[in-house]
Amino acid sequence: MAGAQRVYKQRIKSTQSLKKMFRAQELIAASRIGKARERTAAAEPYATAITTAVSAVATHTSDSHPLTSERTDTQRVAVLVVASDRGMAGAYSASIIREAERLIARLQEAGKEVSLYVAGRRAESYFRFRGRELAGTWTEGSDSPSSETAGEISSTLLNAFLAPAEEGGVAEMHVVYTQFVSMVSQVPRVVRMLPLEVVEGVVEPGDDDVLPLYDFEPSAESVLDALLPRYVRSRIFSFLLEAAASELAARQRAMHTAVDNAEDLVRNYTRLANQARQSEITQEISEIVSGADALAS
Amino acid sequence: MAHLNVDIVATDRKIWSGVARGVTAPASEGEVGIRVGHAPLLASLRAGRVVITPVEGAPVSGTVTGGFLSVDADQVTIVADQVEVHRGEKVR
Repeated sequence: MAGAQRVYKQRIKSTQSLKKMFRAQELIAASRIGKARERTAAAEPYATAITTAVSAVATHTSDSHPLTSERTDTQRVAVLVVASDRGMAGAYSASIIREAERLIARLQEAGKEVSLYVAGRRAESYFRFRGRELAGTWTEGSDSPSSETAGEISSTLLNAFLAPAEEGGVAEMHVVYTQFVSMVSQVPRVVRMLPLEVVEGVVEPGDDDVLPLYDFEPSAESVLDALLPRYVRSRIFSFLLEAAASELAARQRAMHTAVDNAEDLVRNYTRLANQARQSEITQEISEIVSGADALAS
Repeated sequence: MAHLNVDIVATDRKIWSGVARGVTAPASEGEVGIRVGHAPLLASLRAGRVVITPVEGAPVSGTVTGGFLSVDADQVTIVADQVEVHRGEKVR
């Protein structure tokens, strides 16, 4: 009987130490989230400046640029999946992978050949385990992406987009990432990045406004040449940052739930342990009493 | 008197912003100098030195590795891949 008590005590102890770990993870995620959102805000001036400039050039030139024109010479498309490096974030990785699989299935139905690019160790191991071929992986710092990583990713993908079809060039590029809507809601989202089509945040000039007539130096085309890769890079950077904020928010929430569950378990086990102790005492008393009775009679 | 509003932004943050009298930057085909009332301009930059003359205080200079410059109605934005500011206050 004493065995039952001991087992419960052990369980309470181990659950309590797990709870401590969950709590620590929760606090870490909570403290990093602020930083991640600050970084998102800090990257904004750059993104705004680029977007304004791109829309300014786009309204002044009608020339098609390799990055804005559709490719018809290949059926190959690139998909970039942005997931996390670590687990402990609830359904975060699972839902982004599900979304990616859905996109891949849709693309394959349309007769496209998908080449996968993956950021985040979780997604990498998922695809590797299933024997998928990965064209590129980045598995460092998914919760605090650097602009260098963004630069690497975007130059790899741009090279793939501009490469000739025989050398594995791709006709389109899609990004699957998690959009940070709020602390409690993060939504997986698919964006077609290349060929570039719409420029977000273009300010439509009013009837009275006259668009400033820009001088381009050295020429509109070469300015566009310099701008568009930077635009892609800044977009990818902002996707990475948003995914990082989402990951941390998901982790914080998941760990909070885990702490709550651990508390519930501890409470249950404490009740069971008390019950075991009580029944042990009762049994002991009844043994003593019946022993005394036997002696007395 | 009118002044230029100058912003220098890098990929991950705003490096410097303030009002200035003039800016020179290394455009891809030679230095450009910008004063108040400059025509709207979009120029790509090569690696080189950006010098800003603020309304008050000593000139601020920085080294950029590339990027572009836009001028529109006395609003100057220097978008740089990497910047190193040598003197003057750093505004984050």
